[in-house]
Amino acid sequence: MSALLEVSGISKSFDGFKAINNLSFSINAVELRAVIGPNGAGKTTFMDIVTGKTTPDDGEVRFGENGRSLLKMNEAQIARAGIGRKFQRPTVFEDQTVADNLTMALKADRNPFAVLGWRPSRKSQARVLALADEVGLSAQLTRRAGELSHGQKQWLEIGMLLASAPRLLLVDEPAAGMTLAEREQTTTLLCKLAETRAVVVVEHDMDFVRRLNCKVTVLHQGSVLAEGSLDHVTRNPNVIDVYLGR
Amino acid sequence: MTRKPFILQSPSILVVLAVLAVFTVAVTVLSHAYGSGVIPTSTVKVFGMTLCLALAAVAMDLVWGYLGILSLGQMAFFALGGYMIGQWLMYARTESIVAVQLAQSPIPPTALELQEAVANQIFGVVGSADLPLVWSFAHSLPLQMLLVVVVPGLLALVFGWLAFRSRVNGVYLSILTQAMTLALALWLFQNDSGFRGNNGLSGLQNLPGLEGVDQATLSVWFLWASAAALGVFYLLAAWVVSGKFGSVIRAIRDDETRVRFLGYPVEGFKLVVFTLAAMITAVAGALYYPQAGIINPAELMPIASIYLAVWVAIGGRGRLYGAVIGAVVVSLLSSWFTGGRAPDLNLGVYVVNWVDWWQVALGLSFVLVTLFAPKGIAGIFDRLAGVMPPSRRGLDLGADQGALQEQEAKA
Amino acid sequence: MTRFRLLACALALILPIPALANPALQAVVDGNIDQIERPSRLTVGPLVAEIAATGPEGLALLQAWAGRDLSLTDDGRLLIAGDPPLDAVTGDLAPGAEGSALRPNSGVRGVIESALVTGLLSDPDPARRASALDTLARGGTFEQLQALRGALDDPDPALAARKARLERLLTIQVGEDNAARVNAINDLAGDVGLDFRAALNPLLATRTVAAPEPPDGANVARELTPGGDDLPRDAALAQLVQQDLLQPPLTRDGLRGVLAQHIVDGKVGGIPVADLSSPDARDRAYEALEAAGTVPPAATDAEAEAALEANRFFQLYAETDPAVTDAAAAAQTRAQVRLAAMTTIDLGLDALSLASIYFLAAIGLAVTFGVMRVINMAHGEFIMMGAYTGYTVQTLIADRTLSLIVALPLAFAMTFVAGVVLYRLVIRHLAHRPLETLLATFGVSIALQQLAKNIFGTQARPLTSPAWLEGSITVNDVIGVSSIRVAIFVLALMFLGLFLFIMKRTRLGLEVRAVTQNPGMAASMGINPDRIAMLTFGLGSGIAGIAGIAIGLFAQVTSELGQGYIVQSFMTVVVGGVGNIWGTLAGATLIGGLSKVIESLNPANTLAAQTFMILFIIIFIQFRPRGIIPQRGRAAEA
Repeated sequence: MSALLEVSGISKSFDGFKAINNLSFSINAVELRAVIGPNGAGKTTFMDIVTGKTTPDDGEVRFGENGRSLLKMNEAQIARAGIGRKFQRPTVFEDQTVADNLTMALKADRNPFAVLGWRPSRKSQARVLALADEVGLSAQLTRRAGELSHGQKQWLEIGMLLASAPRLLLVDEPAAGMTLAEREQTTTLLCKLAETRAVVVVEHDMDFVRRLNCKVTVLHQGSVLAEGSLDHVTRNPNVIDVYLGR
Repeated sequence: MTRKPFILQSPSILVVLAVLAVFTVAVTVLSHAYGSGVIPTSTVKVFGMTLCLALAAVAMDLVWGYLGILSLGQMAFFALGGYMIGQWLMYARTESIVAVQLAQSPIPPTALELQEAVANQIFGVVGSADLPLVWSFAHSLPLQMLLVVVVPGLLALVFGWLAFRSRVNGVYLSILTQAMTLALALWLFQNDSGFRGNNGLSGLQNLPGLEGVDQATLSVWFLWASAAALGVFYLLAAWVVSGKFGSVIRAIRDDETRVRFLGYPVEGFKLVVFTLAAMITAVAGALYYPQAGIINPAELMPIASIYLAVWVAIGGRGRLYGAVIGAVVVSLLSSWFTGGRAPDLNLGVYVVNWVDWWQVALGLSFVLVTLFAPKGIAGIFDRLAGVMPPSRRGLDLGADQGALQEQEAKA
Repeated sequence: MTRFRLLACALALILPIPALANPALQAVVDGNIDQIERPSRLTVGPLVAEIAATGPEGLALLQAWAGRDLSLTDDGRLLIAGDPPLDAVTGDLAPGAEGSALRPNSGVRGVIESALVTGLLSDPDPARRASALDTLARGGTFEQLQALRGALDDPDPALAARKARLERLLTIQVGEDNAARVNAINDLAGDVGLDFRAALNPLLATRTVAAPEPPDGANVARELTPGGDDLPRDAALAQLVQQDLLQPPLTRDGLRGVLAQHIVDGKVGGIPVADLSSPDARDRAYEALEAAGTVPPAATDAEAEAALEANRFFQLYAETDPAVTDAAAAAQTRAQVRLAAMTTIDLGLDALSLASIYFLAAIGLAVTFGVMRVINMAHGEFIMMGAYTGYTVQTLIADRTLSLIVALPLAFAMTFVAGVVLYRLVIRHLAHRPLETLLATFGVSIALQQLAKNIFGTQARPLTSPAWLEGSITVNDVIGVSSIRVAIFVLALMFLGLFLFIMKRTRLGLEVRAVTQNPGMAASMGINPDRIAMLTFGLGSGIAGIAGIAIGLFAQVTSELGQGYIVQSFMTVVVGGVGNIWGTLAGATLIGGLSKVIESLNPANTLAAQTFMILFIIIFIQFRPRGIIPQRGRAAEA
């Protein structure tokens, strides 16, 4: 199976500090992958580069069957190409209702004029209802997102990601600030999502990563230190040195 | 989740339209031309102009209240609209006057002579006798009417494309829009800009071809036109912000980056709204200046655009009716206070003359509104309608801002 | 004539009233009283020379004579008009004496004037020598040139230098032969003095002539091509008409006039008047009239074309000797090249002073924007407050220097307090809402402006600078900069230094930098961000007050003073980049320099210059959205 995302030899420095240093990474079309690494390992910058927020100084990022380069594309184009991103903090549009938030995320033509002419159809309404149901917010549809609890916002954001049906999902520290039960739920959801698409989870909570039970990529100082199953990497002396502590 | 026509989604649209209709009929009935004559013609004109300003405020609200761009150059589009229609008004009227003059000469004038005489008449004041290139279409009303929306629209498109493309936003963008209108004003101030320098275009209140109609009647006609334009464009604006498009632009206002990650071309949306607003503003200007009678580059100075922002802020941004209320209330109050008709306020030790002190009061009240009533006058309606945001006092329960807070959670 | 009047006035001021009788003068006057009464231009020369030779009294007499202040009494005494009149010969007061005024014609007065100058050139009084040189500098004759050559030695080195230079200049104008003139031109070539350039101009003056061949003996500057930039076709035709080489072509107005004169029964040449609204019909009507012989034939286009073909167009020098004009042209080119270089230097100085002003006006804005990310729209009004503070102090303290010394710290204090108050009352409550802050401070701005109008009135108030700041530092005719602008430049440098000192060497600066970079972190280190923000806001406002005084010194103080600078200040901050004093400096330099450059390209149109300036900035932002010196680091990428 060919890789969905192929990152090869990217580097990025900020004022001389090498946040990413000759990093290569690839993920298959259907795969769950955890990316771990200590603070400053370049996890967030790596996600920024893939989603187009930051342009690397060097290297190449290719996506999809045709191997389209993402470097020339802006954030919106990359998102439309099928890469979704879940931020660490729940970022939903607090001034708008849950239904509006979900409707906005629905897969549809993003062109301004198409959006101007877009009116809700029976199908779209049904889809919004289904999504709300899936993330447990069907009772909150007409509430404003700003009134939701932290956990509910997380779920709303996940619902929005589901609505846009990305082929690659980047999830930044999903477990942060969640209760134990919510973590359980999240793990199940991520595993379920990874059955139909590629999911990259950036996390440094080892328990959570262990639960995901997937291939792990360890980043350190902007490049890949080790890759393999969790057991495999935790046995790697380098990883033990820099990350797991001695 | 039931589907309602957008017009029924919020009662405010129907209320605004109804109030507008009642107001127009009332003024008509009380006017000199069509009724008892209680309202003098000059006041009818003030009302008509105020409606145009309200329309400009609606456009401003689209850009600022909904899209989040504090454009301090909005009046540039307003004045450009005025200039475009003014070109035809001035040209056509001068042409008819000159034609009468030349008809008295022994030899009838050629088309070229007529045009030269018109040019001489219009541009003699800036020491020129040639018709500048920008007046090429001035002879044709339909073309100039087209230019009313095309020229400001194009300016907004080019400026917006440049600014949004390089992701200039926030105060930077505000300053840049201010620079744009200042640049335009300074350019128009030149005598050789082709728009009569600081003389501007004048005599616009006389409609060519309607010399037989008196100003009293014309003023009512313009009131109708202004009211119709306000009604139509209010509906358009309400439609634009009602659906998903409205959701997206409000989302851009609140978190532009997040909208990008949803796959929306943020710059495209900004450009559409900015250009649309510029065109609406230009139409408002094209209706305003024939009522004002004169337009000059001072109208484009940044201060005018900032006042527009002030009206929208006082009225309540993010609500179209708020913009209308703000523009109407503040501009009418301003002209009443600065017109010298407001009674002096005797404080015992000092007599407050409103002509001198209105500006101070306006400035300070504006500060107060920004500080204490960020929703403006429209906030009052919200209260009446019971649309109250949850009270957010107490500690955050969650890890982040915006989570439910202590007291809410208990409630 | 005026020039003589000037000289006469100057002399009247300088010359002491002659107290002693002058026997030599007496003798000359007595012997020539007839000629004094009825002088002739052709013969009066020797007499005038004799009178001039008798000394100061003689010169005074000549001066009065030329100034038509001399009168002749019945008993043959000469009186200089005055109250009471003076006896011209003895210098005694002659109250009650009356005579008939002598009114020499202008030719005679020219001779007298010339003699006066000549006589004064070696006058013992340097002031009189200087005034004689002033007169000569306005133009002189060959005789005067020779007199000047005879009097080149001068005890005063400055005057000697002037004489030497004047001798060269006069030689260029009225030198004895062309070789001498060429020499003189070459001697001065490369000089950029106005006087030298003025002396060259008449030599290089040309007139245009149309002729089949270059005129014999004419000094041809160059040949012009009709239809080119230097000689548009219309101008060429006008030249031909003027030289009677071409019948005047019929203009449209002319055609209409002729047709109007020949209306017969509502028809012209058989064509109804009503049809004459088309150019074709008019032409036909005229041709009909021509055919009937009623009007003379007008030049047709073909004739005009033929005349253009037949003739060439030459620019001829009025000066006939090519050697002189060549030397003059070469000298002028050299002068222009050097002039261009010097104008560039002068432009640079101008730009520098403008940049200093923008820097002073923008520095406060940059500080507040850097630390709090808010734009203070009332910044311009703080500038205005500073200027009005200066004005008020000046009305209280008469001594200009002292009042300035008092005003500077007072303006700083006033605006500092105003800034702190604005911060406490408004800006603090709008933290993290930059657009609201912008609007709220705008409200403050319009209130302050109107308040200033109410207090100080609408008319402009002068802020006069002390005497030692007036005038200018002039290097030569081209390079000069007014002292006030130098002072402002120094002030800007001082504030740059002070600012750098505060930021890099003081605790406050450290805390400000900490808050700028990471307010949250700074707060957890025990820094009170609120206090720091307040102090920076006060500091920025205080500098605005100082800038207000600086601006007020060369511009009128009005309530709109700040408005004129606020947009430029914003531009400076935006172009320069935020959060860095060097960025502000770079922005101010760029904007100041560019304004001056654009202005120099089209000096007549400063409005267009400003327009282009702003357009440039809008384009500039495209390429460097974060300014010349952007804020760096990962935070800036967000």
